[in-house]
Amino acid sequence: MAGKIVLCRCEDMTLADLEHSVARGYRDIEEVKRYTGFGTGPCQGKECLACVATELARLTGTPPAEIPPFTSRPPLSPTPIRLLAKDPAAHIFEDET
Amino acid sequence: MQAGIDDEEDDTRADASGQIHLPATLVGPGPIPQQAEIAIVGGGVVGLSIAYQLAKHGVHDLVVIERGYLAEGASGRNGGGVRQQWATEINIRLMQESVELCRRFAVDLGVNVWFRQGGYLFLARSDKEVKRLEKNIALQNRCGVETRMLDPKEALKIVPELDLAGIVGAAYNPTDGILFPWPFLWGYARQAAAMGAKIYTHTAVTGLVAAAGGGYTVQTTRGSVKARRVINACGAWSPELAKMIGVDIPTWPIKHEICSSEPLKPFLRPMVSELASGLYCSQSMRGEIVGGVTIPSHAGGPGAKIDMRSTLEFLATYARRLHKLMPILGDIKILRQWAGPYDQSPDGNPIVGAAPGHPDFFLACGFVGHGFMMAPIVGKLYGEWLAGGAKHEIFERYTLARFTDGSGARWAKEDFNIG
Repeated sequence: MAGKIVLCRCEDMTLADLEHSVARGYRDIEEVKRYTGFGTGPCQGKECLACVATELARLTGTPPAEIPPFTSRPPLSPTPIRLLAKDPAAHIFEDET
Repeated sequence: MQAGIDDEEDDTRADASGQIHLPATLVGPGPIPQQAEIAIVGGGVVGLSIAYQLAKHGVHDLVVIERGYLAEGASGRNGGGVRQQWATEINIRLMQESVELCRRFAVDLGVNVWFRQGGYLFLARSDKEVKRLEKNIALQNRCGVETRMLDPKEALKIVPELDLAGIVGAAYNPTDGILFPWPFLWGYARQAAAMGAKIYTHTAVTGLVAAAGGGYTVQTTRGSVKARRVINACGAWSPELAKMIGVDIPTWPIKHEICSSEPLKPFLRPMVSELASGLYCSQSMRGEIVGGVTIPSHAGGPGAKIDMRSTLEFLATYARRLHKLMPILGDIKILRQWAGPYDQSPDGNPIVGAAPGHPDFFLACGFVGHGFMMAPIVGKLYGEWLAGGAKHEIFERYTLARFTDGSGARWAKEDFNIG
């Protein structure tokens, strides 16, 4: 059954995957992210993080307040390369000057 | 199947109540053992590769001590490139062996690391860059690596999405490749643990003291372990550990940033890199475009501090160069960016072997952003040697002593630390 309960829709990560992670000893939210791949898809954890953290708290007997979110990474939302390429922060290499 | 999951079992390992039963790779709460034959500090790919190989060669009394989680440092932050296109013979030959180990990794260690040999394509935008590639290719060919020079039209056949404006030539080796870094660590850790290694994460080393009668006492947040030998595999953090026994490692951290796009249908076969900007990108088996670019202001120098903050300068520079090289990618969205430290050594070569005056304190650092691809072979050579087997020439050549006794001048500097 746990193999049919989806926690992260972007990466098809199930409750069984979380149970595997915990059984192997990967119990920190950052470890779980890497071991299962959850939170690395288009939503970057915005949909799945609370869900995974809740189940992780239950499986490990950790108070939810002691499970911090994993490090959030820029950009805030998926951003096209075309837009970023126009940003004046870009370094200009010699072959472009 | 998810990227990181290191086994095929699903509900098959569950008992009647649905509880999953798998042997733990990492040791749970509690103190570390009081004694061990070898303590490896650093749970990155280098430390875990050495642990696996030591165990495989008969040294089972091992502890691995990691301050954070496995893959927290550069092992979890690199681009996953594995290439044989180098500028020094020793690196070419080591990487030939590493590629072979990568090819067998899934079978030997029972974990899918999504290794894919799509080649590496280095693009030149000037005659000077072409000459540099040609010189390297001649050496690579002598070692048996079949890199060849391509004209721009031939490069276009391999990557039809390239904008050839300004490209004057390319070096292509079809047997270079990419892998997905994280599962490498699960594989090494799991197999090392199965052979007796004890792996402690979230365990910081707080002190290192030479013990009377030989060996070292490694003090940690989970108690002390007395080890006959200690291996420093802390990557960019290596100087911090060595300093505890008065050993100076002359490496410094260089911030390198990478980003990843939304997943796309597979279209890009090789890793593509251009010398002019240090831009590189590849398409992972997950479909994402993963890549980076050189940011000159990140170069730093001796004494620099580790900095893992992301910058807009990187994202904008990467996007600008990638858009110029492959305009068709303009509408592709970047999902996330991150940073990690290169462990820069003064001559671009690694630092291995025992520290001067400390015959039982071994170093495995200074890999300048390429520790991941070097780890399979370096771990193998270390494991064989410290288990009583042959001592490879890298342990004579790339010593820490070379920076002070003048022997380093004999070895060519590696200058192809790109991508």
